[in-house]
Amino acid sequence: MECHEVDKNGKKLGGGVSRRDFLKFCAVMAASIGLPLGAGSKIAEAITDPNRPPVIWLSFSECTGCVMSLLQAHHPTLDTFLLDLISLDYTRMFMTTAGHTATALRDKSIEENKGKFILVVEGAIPTKDNGIYCKSGGRTALDILKDVGPKAAFIIALGSCTVWGGAAAAHPNPTGLKGVDKILTDKTVINLNTCPPSPYNLLSTVIHLLTFNELPALDDKGRPKFAYSRTVCNNCERVYNFRAGRFAWQFGDEGHKKGYCLFALGCKGPQTFSNCPSILFGGAGAETWCVGIGHPCCGCAEEGVGWTLPLHQLGDPLYHFPPSHFARIDEPVGMGATAAAAAVVAGSVGIAVGAGAVLAKRLGKEEKKAKELSEKEDATVAKEE
Amino acid sequence: MGINRRDFLKGAAGSGLLLAADASPALAFGPRTPKELPPDAVGILFDSTLCIGCNACVFRCKQANPHMALRPEFNVPIGGLKIHDTPIGLSENTLTVIKLYKHDGGHSFIKHQCMHCIDPACVSACPVTAFTKDPKTGIVKFCKRVCIGCRYCQLACPFVAIGFKWDEPFPEMVRCQLCDHLIPLGKYAACCSYCPTGAALYGRVADLRKEASRRLDLEYGEPYRFPVNHIESGRKSFRPAAKYYPNIYGDTEGGGLQVMVLAGVSPLRLGLPDLPDVSNAAVSEGVFKTIYKWFAAPIVLLGALVYLAYRNTEEYRKPKDEDD
Ligand code: SF4
Ligand code: SF4
Ligand code: SF4
Ligand code: SF4
Ligand code: SF4
Repeated sequence: MECHEVDKNGKKLGGGVSRRDFLKFCAVMAASIGLPLGAGSKIAEAITDPNRPPVIWLSFSECTGCVMSLLQAHHPTLDTFLLDLISLDYTRMFMTTAGHTATALRDKSIEENKGKFILVVEGAIPTKDNGIYCKSGGRTALDILKDVGPKAAFIIALGSCTVWGGAAAAHPNPTGLKGVDKILTDKTVINLNTCPPSPYNLLSTVIHLLTFNELPALDDKGRPKFAYSRTVCNNCERVYNFRAGRFAWQFGDEGHKKGYCLFALGCKGPQTFSNCPSILFGGAGAETWCVGIGHPCCGCAEEGVGWTLPLHQLGDPLYHFPPSHFARIDEPVGMGATAAAAAVVAGSVGIAVGAGAVLAKRLGKEEKKAKELSEKEDATVAKEE
Repeated sequence: MGINRRDFLKGAAGSGLLLAADASPALAFGPRTPKELPPDAVGILFDSTLCIGCNACVFRCKQANPHMALRPEFNVPIGGLKIHDTPIGLSENTLTVIKLYKHDGGHSFIKHQCMHCIDPACVSACPVTAFTKDPKTGIVKFCKRVCIGCRYCQLACPFVAIGFKWDEPFPEMVRCQLCDHLIPLGKYAACCSYCPTGAALYGRVADLRKEASRRLDLEYGEPYRFPVNHIESGRKSFRPAAKYYPNIYGDTEGGGLQVMVLAGVSPLRLGLPDLPDVSNAAVSEGVFKTIYKWFAAPIVLLGALVYLAYRNTEEYRKPKDEDD
């Protein structure tokens, strides 16, 4: 990374960032992927290494939303991200060259960095009719992926389309779109869900790979745990309304205006694993993520939810673990009459009988006492005599 | 002489009264004819497999019944709505509560409330008929003016559904009245009208029973549509069927209940009592009526007491010849 000049306030003068800002950024990065503070310097070392492995970015059946989302990122901004942080050797979107020149550059970089580069795939892959529905430079997406994939050190599937087909593969899926891990079955694919994906999840993953040269911890669906281990509800700012039954029932009603939980409008937050509420959406500002702006989560990060379940059908709190404040069945409260009303009847009769018996017993006891006393007295008298 | 336990039991058994405390009084005294469900009776079907534990029902119930359910100290408006406490059970401030049953690999929620028994023990136990059953809707109602505060109803209710306002100078018995005060306004049970999932469903008991048995007949995982809020609301939701425990709790339990429960586990594990099919009220009234037939009970009781007193004073009555 170049060292840029800074003005007297520490602000960058040309492009790029000040060293101070850069180190701060590295520390923040370390925190966001759940690393200890000291890891920041290691990250700084890795991403300033001039020999860091390049990133090759392939685009297939997609809407370019993933790149648009990347454009929104402001910490760091796109130029810093592309020019300083990662060494992006090929991307169709941002290259000034095009056509065969660009393809040649891509192939050159792939050959030079065989087994070292990071492959980012954006977009689903048509598989029907040998994948003829998506071509680039005369080759099908299927062919390119099968060729480039095995040469990469790490593969990142960016966006829901790339992970399982997403919106593109919604029913009836005429071109037989599939996700990357269905095609490169013998490689580990890092799946970064959501549509579009968060640029920060991508950045964090790339930086993790550069710094440690190994995969971040992944869950059983290949998603990095630092970003996809909790449901949307778990981090949602409205979840306290969910637990207190305060819902928006219609768009624009009182509850909606007050920011109540959107579950009743079909929010899929309870069954979708993603960190949308905590890192927000594309860095567009405070509270800008689906639920934050008042729209229910559509489950874009979860296969079988987004573009599969109807938008306003109720979500299924499959993974919603009840908080500990719930009253338990066996909460120690007073016991009711177990032997029921018959026993009450019997009880009151019993009390009457009991009272009578005690009365009678008392009579007897008093009698006995008196008798014993007189016997004792008699005995004493007899002894004295 | 004093009376020992043996003599006491003998005496009591001799009087025949101990039979009343027997565990199965129905054998000795037949229950009276059970009460019938009015044809237009209303109730609630609670389907635990749909409940998400959101507590909307608890909160809306408190809001709809502020006169009895909200404690003044919790009656704080926050953003226009009243906040609620986190109740652990039914009480004088809580007419319905969602409880959690956790088991290996899962959990179920259960909504506790007055079950609006078809043959209610509270109505039977009340000596002054402060509790009455509406002949049309079947809703069990409470009249504060009549109640003498004996709390027999509390003892009699098998669901421990009745609370007592201990901290008030003129207390009343507090329990769910199926929001009967909302019916004239064209509304229905607040808990059901705000349940987002359809877990608490309001409607005619006959319709609810039909709906419940339809759900029990579903294949596990089979997608089905079901009504939400009110069985006639027209609002429907859609889901794959859960695995049901094959019992509609309240169909026959306790002589039938107007609030019924469907669940994925045995309702007994959800804290509902194991009740015989004949209501306690029918049994106890049967016992009572038999006891008081021909004024038998007081006569027998008097006889027993006289006998006991006679036996216990036996020695006193003996002529004390040796001393004299
Ligand atoms: S259901 Fe939606 S709005 Fe409600 S807490 Fe979950 S994510 Fe947030
Ligand atoms: S909140 Fe839901 S719909 Fe929105 S981006 Fe996240 S997973 Fe997708
Ligand atoms: S549940 Fe209890 S209070 Fe309600 S009707 Fe039955 S006996 Fe009465
Ligand atoms: S019917 Fe009304 S009073 Fe009864 S639990 Fe529901 S909201 Fe509360
Ligand atoms: S409102 Fe419905 S879903 Fe929510 S806790 Fe009550 S019964 Fe369950």
